[in-house]
Amino acid sequence: MSFASNHPARREDAKVMNRAELTRRLVARLHHDEAVIGGIGFANFDLWGAGQRPQNFYMLGSMGLAVPIALGVAIAQPARRVVALEGDGSILMQLGALATVAGRRAANLIVVIWDNGAYQITGGQPTAAAEVADIAAIARGAGIAKSAWAADEGDFEEMIARALTEDGPWLIACRIDQARPDSTTERDPARIRDRFMRGIGARH
Amino acid sequence: MPESVPWHQTAVAVLKRHDVRLVTYVPDNVLRPLIEAVHADPFFTAFATTREEEALGIVAGAWMGGTRGILLMQTSGFATLPNVIASLAVPFQIPVLMMVSERGTLGEFNLGQALVAKTMRPVLDSLALEHHTLTRADEVEFVLDRSIRQAVATQAPVCFILSPLLTGGKVFAA
Repeated sequence: MSFASNHPARREDAKVMNRAELTRRLVARLHHDEAVIGGIGFANFDLWGAGQRPQNFYMLGSMGLAVPIALGVAIAQPARRVVALEGDGSILMQLGALATVAGRRAANLIVVIWDNGAYQITGGQPTAAAEVADIAAIARGAGIAKSAWAADEGDFEEMIARALTEDGPWLIACRIDQARPDSTTERDPARIRDRFMRGIGARH
Repeated sequence: MPESVPWHQTAVAVLKRHDVRLVTYVPDNVLRPLIEAVHADPFFTAFATTREEEALGIVAGAWMGGTRGILLMQTSGFATLPNVIASLAVPFQIPVLMMVSERGTLGEFNLGQALVAKTMRPVLDSLALEHHTLTRADEVEFVLDRSIRQAVATQAPVCFILSPLLTGGKVFAA
């Protein structure tokens, strides 16, 4: 049985959850210095809010590049799990990256999509995901077989637990609400990069 | 003057000397000998991406993870990069190495290529990026070697522009 068949078949069948809460649940499961790349906007604000691990990298621009950056880290450090957190608007901007991830068979890469169907930070304009585009299905079509919607919070945690131990690449899509983050990432790019490199042992 | 080594052989040697193991690219005909050489050599991890932005993001991530990389593209591909150079490579101080096969000049047959090529050096200059145009095979070694050292030492991107004077460029097939 395929991975996707154990999870909601369609976006509209998945529970609408809360990004900050799911981010906290994800971070609480990271016990092996896993790297996390926070995409721009609210994805990385909530990652910041979940606790500033040195293994977190916070993007401050370059919309759509969370998955490519994570793939680069995953290639450089195949023994480390690498997680990319990306919004629906951001991943729709760089869908080709999903095909590249699949082509590289990036076993240690986990893509988490926060899908609220909106460009929330710019005023809530709807994305294509709001009505027509199913990102979990797009990822499967791009070649990421282990791509599915999280049914609810418990399902999300089970999917993360599996993705942290079994070979990927993985894409875990989550429907989320329109809640705004409580905190804002500190915007100091050189410091973010240096702390991240030390956090994942690339610099001492 | 001694017979010069083809530019792509020199490039492979210098990349290896500086432990530049990752090569991401959007294919280009002029770059083909270099692309084929890095695919044939197990020292390198080389693969095509769907866009140049993606290729840059991968190289940036790999650098932070401890692996040096370079992205290869043609002029029109470079024109898609200013946002990610200005918001990722430069502010985060990541020495992204870029190599551009120059189209749009010295016999270009496609008006679109000729126009987009005019944006390249102004963009590089406006971002105060180090860049060098390679026109002679006997300069490739020095320019690549010194510039990779500088990029790493100063944590800043560098762009190598391969002129048709060096590569022969792409000529109209008719």
